[in-house]
Amino acid sequence: VGVTLPRADVTPTHGHVGPSPNPASRVSGGSGNLRGVGGLCRRVSRGLHCSLVLARMPHLENMVLCRESQVSTLQSLFGERHHFSFPSIFIYGHTASGKTYVTQTLLNTLELPHAFVNCVECFTLRLLLEQILNKLSHHHSSEDGCSTQITCETFNDFVRLFKQVTKAENLNSQTVYIVLDKAEYLRDMDANLLPGFLRLQELTDRNVTVIFLSEIVWEKFRPNTGCFEPFVLYFPDYSIGNLQKILSHDHPPEYSADFYAAYINILLGVFYTVCRDLKELRYLAVLNFPKYCEPVVKGEASERDTRKLWRNIEPHLKKAMQTVYLREISSSQWEKLQKDDTDSGQLKGLSAYTHVELPYYSKFILIAAYLASYNPARTDKRFFLKHHGKIKKTNFLKKHEKTSNHLLGPKPFPLDRLLAILYSIVDSRVAPTANIFS
Amino acid sequence: VQRILRERFCHQSPNSNLFGVQVQYKHLTELLKRTAIHGESNSVLIIGPRGSGKTMGSFAENLSFLLEALKKGDRTSSCPVVFILDEFDLFAHHKNQTLLYNLFDISQSAQTPVAVIGLTCRLYLKIFKEQLSLPAEFPDKLYAEKWNEHIQCLSEDRSVQEILEKHFNVSKNLRSLHMLLMLTLNRVTTSHPFMTAADLMEANQLCSMDSKANIVHGLSVLEICLIIAMKHLNDIYEEEPFNFQMVYNEFQKFVQRKAHSVYNFEKPVVMKAFEHLQQLELIRPMERTSVNAQREYQLMKLLLDNTQIMNALQKYPNCPTD
Repeated sequence: VGVTLPRADVTPTHGHVGPSPNPASRVSGGSGNLRGVGGLCRRVSRGLHCSLVLARMPHLENMVLCRESQVSTLQSLFGERHHFSFPSIFIYGHTASGKTYVTQTLLNTLELPHAFVNCVECFTLRLLLEQILNKLSHHHSSEDGCSTQITCETFNDFVRLFKQVTKAENLNSQTVYIVLDKAEYLRDMDANLLPGFLRLQELTDRNVTVIFLSEIVWEKFRPNTGCFEPFVLYFPDYSIGNLQKILSHDHPPEYSADFYAAYINILLGVFYTVCRDLKELRYLAVLNFPKYCEPVVKGEASERDTRKLWRNIEPHLKKAMQTVYLREISSSQWEKLQKDDTDSGQLKGLSAYTHVELPYYSKFILIAAYLASYNPARTDKRFFLKHHGKIKKTNFLKKHEKTSNHLLGPKPFPLDRLLAILYSIVDSRVAPTANIFS
Repeated sequence: VQRILRERFCHQSPNSNLFGVQVQYKHLTELLKRTAIHGESNSVLIIGPRGSGKTMGSFAENLSFLLEALKKGDRTSSCPVVFILDEFDLFAHHKNQTLLYNLFDISQSAQTPVAVIGLTCRLYLKIFKEQLSLPAEFPDKLYAEKWNEHIQCLSEDRSVQEILEKHFNVSKNLRSLHMLLMLTLNRVTTSHPFMTAADLMEANQLCSMDSKANIVHGLSVLEICLIIAMKHLNDIYEEEPFNFQMVYNEFQKFVQRKAHSVYNFEKPVVMKAFEHLQQLELIRPMERTSVNAQREYQLMKLLLDNTQIMNALQKYPNCPTD
């Protein structure tokens, strides 16, 4: 989008998550060895009064609005650091419903070791696997400068290298998370990649959880022969109230919150029926706010004069829907337009460039082509011959042509037919010269 | 409590109990013993639905036998080797099947004993209780007792039994039961220390959500109108594929009937909504997009059926009446 949006300043405190580890728990067995129920019971010696639910961090709610239940579900899924979590989690929801943002914020705030990878960026197997491994190895070797880049060609190598990388001290005892964003592109890669990631915990025998983020539902991912089913989590879409709350959150400091909230109300009134994508709405909100403030800046109206402000902004927003929303013109052009306050007739969108002034014969050729593609060939005789004989009064349109040809689209036609129609529609005699053919 | 139960549900450990497969287990052991000791070549195909304990049992057992067999290698001239192929169906669908052919060539026996592992519903309830009960060594004895009592009550509750039965009818494997229990476990906190039937019911609802309905819930009003228009076309033309132009036409008719100027959008705006539906994979082109064809006239198919649409519309907030 390329527009910087003002954000409320929140400094994340690096708080400690969960109760401090009981020294008794370190005694039993190796740190990562959680096999069997017997081993666990020794660890549970810390007692139940130590809250097993993570302490809710209040500032997290400020950073992530309207997503409290999803955050709490994720937190309870993650559990404590060395708990085992579900081997794979699949999160789906509409675009801009906060999946990437919430996951990233949560993992960063809780300081859990993770590797965040975008599947659009890593479109081959090698890129994807190498990025995961490199990100994880940088996690623990941040002190000793840049370590060597790991190369990895196949999934088999990945499993082996992953085991090595996670043997490091700080990764050994806690759950490692791998987040794959835009996971729908995984379906087009190797067939064993998706089932492999779903089972990564079993294959590597380590405490790892793979999180998939996507807008496509899980049913479309499932391979034909089935696979290890992940835990499916839905991020619901934002309701209009939620959108209002989130959009009002980033109001510029010079104006009051109410003023901005009224503006957002008007904006949603125009755009909500068309688009509920938060990113688009934010973009539009930022672009059009200066125009909204214009009367106030010029002194023509006060902040509370809602009617006047509305009358000023509403046609502007409608215009925006036809141009900026459709990406016909860029945001810089739009801003310039607002400043210059020129007439809308000057607006030259991308589509305007398709209108070209053509020479005389070219126009007729186009008309002839249009006629040829939309009229069935049988009717040519009737329309284009000067002396047609008696036409039988048959049913003009055959049954299966009941649907208007305009709905079905243009049909192909031979070149001869085009030329024949052309010669008949042009008034003067047209010689079949090379000019026509070119 | 969370940790113990999470460990049970999430971690795939080879030493967990095998429920009801003791018979097959013995059979398999016998077979493998014969292979290792007598040099008899057999091929065994273990078929079982996912999560029914195939990998867990055989791997541990086979590993120990493999080691034993290798030690006794001088018994026969050729050392018998056991190959364990997990996810056998993926091998079968591979384009190059030389591995399979070689393996089957090696084995001479014609018979392929098959072990089919299934679970009955009675066993399911028993598993439910077993999986949820805390072990005896749990430190807080009082809490453990209360918890186990609670679980006992739950398993006798009629509504809980109904939920389990329904769940069993949908999918018999252990992993989906673990998923359900995991969802229920999420609600257990220090302020809500015992699992209730309501928790289980809510978890069941979450498990059996229709995900496409959820996606439809998040669409804008314009996109919903387009879906209704497509449904209308499907009803009239009996599921023939449609293109954007037809849908737009239908949409115009709807707008004129209702005389709502609010919904009268420009064609490019409607096109953008249409493309968003395509991106969400709710509609799909009949054949690959060719560069030559115009986008408006490309034939598409709707991937939702009528009941899904009607249900989704019921839940849609502020739906314009049709």
